[in-house]
Amino acid sequence: METSAFQKIYTKITQITKATCSLKAEGVGYEEIATVNGRLAQVVKIQGDSVTLQIFSGTEGIPTNAEVVFMGKAPTIKVSDELAGRFFNAYGDPIDGGPAVEGKEVEIGGPSVNPVRRKQPSELIPTGIAGIDLNNTLVTGQKIPFFADPDQPFNQVMAMVALRAKADKIILGGMGLSNDDYLFFKNIFDNAGALDRIISFINTTENPPVERLLVPDMALTTAEYFAHEKHQKVLVLLTDMTLYADALSIVSNRMDQIPSKDSMPGSLYSDLAKLYEKAVQFPEGGSITIIAVTTLSGGDITHAIPDNTGYITEGQLFLRRDTDIGKVIIDPFRSLSRLKQLVIGKQTREDHPQVMNAAIRLFADAANAKTKLENGFDLNDYDERTLRFAKDYSRELLAIDINIDIEQMLDTGWRLFAEHFNKSEVGIKDSLTEKYWAEK
Amino acid sequence: MATKGKVTGIIANLVIVEVDGPVSQNEICFIRLKGVDLMAEVIKVLGNKASTQVFESTRGLKIGADVEFKNHMLEVTLGPGILSRNYDGLQNDLDKMTGVFLKRGEHTEPLNPDAEWAFKHIAEAGDKVEAGSWLGEVIEGWMPHKIMVPFKLQGDYTVKSVVADGTYKTKDVVAVITDSKGKDIEVTMVQKWPVKVPIKAYREKPRPFRIMETGVRTMDTLNPLAEGGTGFVPGPFGCGKTVLQHAVSQQAEADMIIITACGERANEVVEIFTEFPELEDPRTGRKLMERTTIICNTSNMPVAAREASVYTGMTIAEYYRSMGLKVLLLADSTSRWAQALREMSNRMEELPGPDAFPMDLPAIISNFYSRAGFVYLNNGESGSITFLGTVSPEGGNLKEPVTESNKKAARCFYGLNQDRADSKRYPAIDPIDSYSKYLEYPEIQEFLKKNVSEDWVDNVTLTKDILLRGKEASEQINILGDDGVPIDYHERYWKAEVIDFVILQQDAYDSIDKSTPFERQKFMLEQVLDVYHTKFNFNSFEEVNPFFKSIINTFKQMNYSEFKSDKFNDYLSQIKSKINEGKAV
Repeated sequence: METSAFQKIYTKITQITKATCSLKAEGVGYEEIATVNGRLAQVVKIQGDSVTLQIFSGTEGIPTNAEVVFMGKAPTIKVSDELAGRFFNAYGDPIDGGPAVEGKEVEIGGPSVNPVRRKQPSELIPTGIAGIDLNNTLVTGQKIPFFADPDQPFNQVMAMVALRAKADKIILGGMGLSNDDYLFFKNIFDNAGALDRIISFINTTENPPVERLLVPDMALTTAEYFAHEKHQKVLVLLTDMTLYADALSIVSNRMDQIPSKDSMPGSLYSDLAKLYEKAVQFPEGGSITIIAVTTLSGGDITHAIPDNTGYITEGQLFLRRDTDIGKVIIDPFRSLSRLKQLVIGKQTREDHPQVMNAAIRLFADAANAKTKLENGFDLNDYDERTLRFAKDYSRELLAIDINIDIEQMLDTGWRLFAEHFNKSEVGIKDSLTEKYWAEK
Repeated sequence: MATKGKVTGIIANLVIVEVDGPVSQNEICFIRLKGVDLMAEVIKVLGNKASTQVFESTRGLKIGADVEFKNHMLEVTLGPGILSRNYDGLQNDLDKMTGVFLKRGEHTEPLNPDAEWAFKHIAEAGDKVEAGSWLGEVIEGWMPHKIMVPFKLQGDYTVKSVVADGTYKTKDVVAVITDSKGKDIEVTMVQKWPVKVPIKAYREKPRPFRIMETGVRTMDTLNPLAEGGTGFVPGPFGCGKTVLQHAVSQQAEADMIIITACGERANEVVEIFTEFPELEDPRTGRKLMERTTIICNTSNMPVAAREASVYTGMTIAEYYRSMGLKVLLLADSTSRWAQALREMSNRMEELPGPDAFPMDLPAIISNFYSRAGFVYLNNGESGSITFLGTVSPEGGNLKEPVTESNKKAARCFYGLNQDRADSKRYPAIDPIDSYSKYLEYPEIQEFLKKNVSEDWVDNVTLTKDILLRGKEASEQINILGDDGVPIDYHERYWKAEVIDFVILQQDAYDSIDKSTPFERQKFMLEQVLDVYHTKFNFNSFEEVNPFFKSIINTFKQMNYSEFKSDKFNDYLSQIKSKINEGKAV
């Protein structure tokens, strides 16, 4: 962002806090960007002739006589096909050593899609993971996060889902990504030969936290270009949204706003919704699907960040370690895909909804039996059978290392039912049981 | 002369305007930005500085921008053509907007000015009329839409003339009325009304005395919602609030449904856009969209317009109630509205109440609820607004300020329970914590006795007791172990489970089970109570579980079958013989 000759340069800063600085300036637009001694900043408050700027990389070392230049526009990114296969920082500048990208300059964080111009999401995204495809089926245009504790392999599962999803473009928005995870994504995409359809905006832990606030908008504005103008199926991966929300709270704190629950800004819901609602199915065929990661602290989903996220997204995927089989599974109780109803039993076999529900109910019975066992009570025959079923179900369907198609998942379900239960214990509609019951 | 002003401060969508004349609280103004007008509302005045909340993005707005005040509050346009429309929170017709993305400052007409309506008069010259009196009617879709004396007119009027029956446009004069001083007033089919002021063109508002059937068993049977009543559904995410609201919106026994999607997911509204024109209203055979109007301010649309959207919905509901219609207003969710209030209160640096919500939140919410109700109009006809709102409690905690504010105002409480949702017992309405105050109303009890059966209320109370005792038994079994309690406990627990599985749980995605008419609800409740009243003979607790599981399974097949079809009757006789086999002699 070079300075053009006629731009006015201000050099008198009146106030500096940890993330913002204020100065007297005229003719400045709200949300306009500026540079302060070369650092990128954005207007967050104007009062009379006093303008407050949020400096993304922090105010360390900013002097009161710093040079401030206003750009006369909101943050932008240049979009074109050239973006494919490239890695950028939060400002959209290349970090892979390649040249700057030429293209159409668009403002990030643009307007929302008119709800009557959206199409109902209806295209199933197969992942081969039964914990997702069978129990929590994903659909294009959906937004769904992984809720996971930091020690769980969410980035690995997400990368696997992304690669199997057959998207035209995969856009990775990394916020506070550790350098190791950044390299993990880079390698796995490279090894899969998928690098040419991947675009990455990366803010690592080495970068200032407030910069993160730009990453999702950069990624989603790019996604809108490919989905809306090029009619492509775009998958956006956002990891980790908890660190994004933390950055929001830093800024709101610096601006003296009254915090609401868990020290988060009162606008957290709207701030997150503005991003997640960019997920859309366009009538012309393009779509934006968002898969995000929200890390939890000790599995607590009542914390403001996962809580607000849950109200915005169309479901959530929970990872949990199942000690009975020694593998990570997609937890069938806490996970949910709200859009699955649009495709299961319609684009998949008719018995899909009932097989899914029956298996989860039996798995719940097994959980009750386990509690009984832990409390030192005797198990009856039914309890014993549910426990055996649960183990098989976990190993053959819930584990994240499964890769089979949905028909096979359903057949597996019927086989496990017949192995462990009688028909009335499974309790599926007679018409379906007659057709699919797998006699021993 | 309209008051004008200049922008002097901008913090997100809070814009401070220096004014050159009088302004009033809640007055609407337009802020000029790069050729478009941004709508804003005055929310505070300090000297010659008015704080306004802008209903759109303020990106690029500069100090000194021109502002023009409109000398009226936020208004909606009322007239034929509202039915089946999709509006945003400010009553812009979303279908008329150009482009895929919402454009800032784009305003569209809520009504179609060119549409022609076949007007039929009701009033005659010489009739005494007042605000809300019916002058004539047009047919809107299938519905007689009354053309009324504008609500803004106070006092008594005499009809001077009514046009001949025939086709007119909304802005054509259809009647002339004369006030007490002899001044003539021309009346068209359109009028405007400020959304924050209730329409009170009715004679009295009695206590609700009828049930509004929703087809959802756990509501209708256990905790019925009254026509003209209020209820709310709080629940953590993933417990099925929206699915429940959609079920109610599809099945409820109302003439008109207004759905306000307030700060929720866009795809949920898209689901209504997609399905309602296809789905049939089970009572009339018409498409659901023909009785529905959608006010939609999804979570990514401007925050300030969220508050407007619930008021817009309520005002339209009041307008149709004044025509003698039964209106059901659904709002999903009131928490988003409260959060919008919080964001604004925060920007204005007001002293915060609990959880940083504004202090007057409970008052705002109960004021809003009080606009619902059953009314007798001045001409003796009746109309009603039944209101059902959802609440998205932060962290699933029902003690948070928004839930508590709703609890103070609403008469029905349908609490969604995480454990029920986790074990896929949908709808996840907690049968023990939830309540309907209406069940205690003598008027309602009388209605149920007359219209359902003499012992209905007693049966409902008994059902609740059975559920409670079943829960206690299950706790005992968990503490003491299967063989540590008498067999009786198992029986008690499983009899409650029969009610849970057969009455409370309902498959919203099954074409038959999703909606249960009252007659069928009554029949099914009698069947499960028969099971309850039967004393069974079990030798050990191990026999209890499979016996009841098998009964439940057959009952569920019944729920999936057409009422009183051969299949249905066949399952019923299977159950009867199972009961006979297990009966104690």
